[in-house]
Amino acid sequence: MSASAESRVSKALSTSRFRHASHRVSQVLLVIFRAALIIGISYIILFPILMKVSSSFMSRRDLVDQTVKWIPKRFTWDNYRLAVEMLKFPTVFRNSLQLSVIVSILQLCSSILVGYGLARFDFKGKNLIFAAAVFTLVVPPQMIMVPLYLNWRFFDLFGLLPDKGYNLLGTYWPFILTSITGTGLRNGLFILVMRQFFRGMPKDLEEAAYVDGASPLMTFFRVMLPNVKPAAVVVFLFAFVWQWNDSFLTTLYLDSNFLPVALANLSRTLAKELEMNHPQYFSLVVNAGSLMMILPVLILYAFLQRYFVESIERTGLIG
Amino acid sequence: MKARAKGRQAFSLAQQKALTGYLFSAPFIIGFILFFLAPFVQAIVFSLNNLKIITGGYELEYIGLENFRYALFVDPDFVRVFAETVVKMLVEVPSIIFFSFFSALLLNQQFKGRLLARTIFFLPVVMTSGVILTLESGDYMSNLLEQTNTSAANALTGPLLTAFLMQLKLPREMLSYVVTVVEHIPDVIRASGIQILIFLAGLQSIPETLYEASKVEGATPWQTFWMITMPMMSPMVFANVIYSIIDSFLSSSNQLVRYIRDTAFAGAGFGIGTAMGVMYFAAVTIILLIVARIMSGWVFYHE
Repeated sequence: MSASAESRVSKALSTSRFRHASHRVSQVLLVIFRAALIIGISYIILFPILMKVSSSFMSRRDLVDQTVKWIPKRFTWDNYRLAVEMLKFPTVFRNSLQLSVIVSILQLCSSILVGYGLARFDFKGKNLIFAAAVFTLVVPPQMIMVPLYLNWRFFDLFGLLPDKGYNLLGTYWPFILTSITGTGLRNGLFILVMRQFFRGMPKDLEEAAYVDGASPLMTFFRVMLPNVKPAAVVVFLFAFVWQWNDSFLTTLYLDSNFLPVALANLSRTLAKELEMNHPQYFSLVVNAGSLMMILPVLILYAFLQRYFVESIERTGLIG
Repeated sequence: MKARAKGRQAFSLAQQKALTGYLFSAPFIIGFILFFLAPFVQAIVFSLNNLKIITGGYELEYIGLENFRYALFVDPDFVRVFAETVVKMLVEVPSIIFFSFFSALLLNQQFKGRLLARTIFFLPVVMTSGVILTLESGDYMSNLLEQTNTSAANALTGPLLTAFLMQLKLPREMLSYVVTVVEHIPDVIRASGIQILIFLAGLQSIPETLYEASKVEGATPWQTFWMITMPMMSPMVFANVIYSIIDSFLSSSNQLVRYIRDTAFAGAGFGIGTAMGVMYFAAVTIILLIVARIMSGWVFYHE
């Protein structure tokens, strides 16, 4: 082996080593860049929550203390106590929970049924029904809110009921009737999700059931329903959260004894009850109140996020 | 006994399935007609009438386009709020799409703590609430912190970054767009949860074999991204654009939504409020149609 060949080999080796090293450097840079981005974005998301947590434990004197920024010096539960009392928390919380559970379960059932019907059966007008579901999403609720309001006020099913009409405002009926028929708050979206999910399921199982002589209904209950869990979790969570946070329909049909509405009025209530005006102090109490409103949803999310985050590819949220 | 068996056979499986199809969709068909289509038609009628509540019902008085005229030319704020809402939507939707696509690409990679990162990124989905958002803008503590420059959002989007952007000597319109976007970063991040979810689901549905084949062919990551990821994701981009537009139009933090509601129940009356709602619906529909028209040529369908 000549000297020149040897040097060529060693040169080639060193460039490959150099390339390898530069590749590793860029890899490390990429990891650092990615970590910085993810941490930054997470911080922006978590910041307001952490902010609320820290300020909800501050006492009034911490507000004027210049040295207090993040950690309250005089830790106190008083804001929570006051928020519970002023919101009438037990009542309001029970109302909200009741309504959200009823609505989300009914919406889940109706969207499973309709979604399955649209995904697996061929019948005349199927595409029209699908288009109608999309249409309900596009029309702003503000456009139909006045007619709906009047219909619930003088409820006679457009002349179908014999009487002069019932006043359904102030009851859960508007929510129950719209949820059961798949026309509730963003219910069209849930129908689309369910339809997409059922379309993505393999057909073999159902066909086997049909060959065995099962009726379509029996096939649905015995074969399809047990597999619906991942999509059902997503739909339930969304329906619950949207109803929980909704203040538009609850104030329209019911009263202000629901969490989001009571919370929005909290500073006014405080000003009236305590007979003083101290916006800075009130914001501490409002923060405590909003944390109490977020907490149940966070707990639910913590329980369900496993399905949510890892099984999205199967829930067919696509398109 | 025999007759019953015969009766059963009168329906073929196909017919039986079609019937079941109607049965399953029946709740929605009924609900759509009663609680959606009927009010929808009524809304159009109401918008052309003067509506008065009388004992035991309501009374209509036909006045033509008077409600629309009032909303557009007499009402002091409607046109301004309307325009602001549309402009805000036009600014926010593209940034939401970019951000959520980018986040989905990030969250789809393998790294330590991915599950935690995903959990945090989806958190805004469960916390998007008009009330919480409205309360936040009036939150004394975060206002205070923003003044003292310790807010995270402020550190990222604050004067430093704006000054840096000013130095880039971009065209003025583009610059003002970029500055607006930068100022809206926290809003955009909080509005992106579902979009990230949809993109992530889309990324995971791209068959691994496509990537392997392109690697064998010697494609660079850059080429792979543009030749495979982008076309495969285009239906998701389309769905997300439509969803983001609807979401921004319907969200309860939307100024116009509140304005229409106050007009109907506490202001100029039911007829005018409904007329505003009808115009709002028309605007949403026109924008959606234009967007669908522009994007439909570009969307690639794999199947």
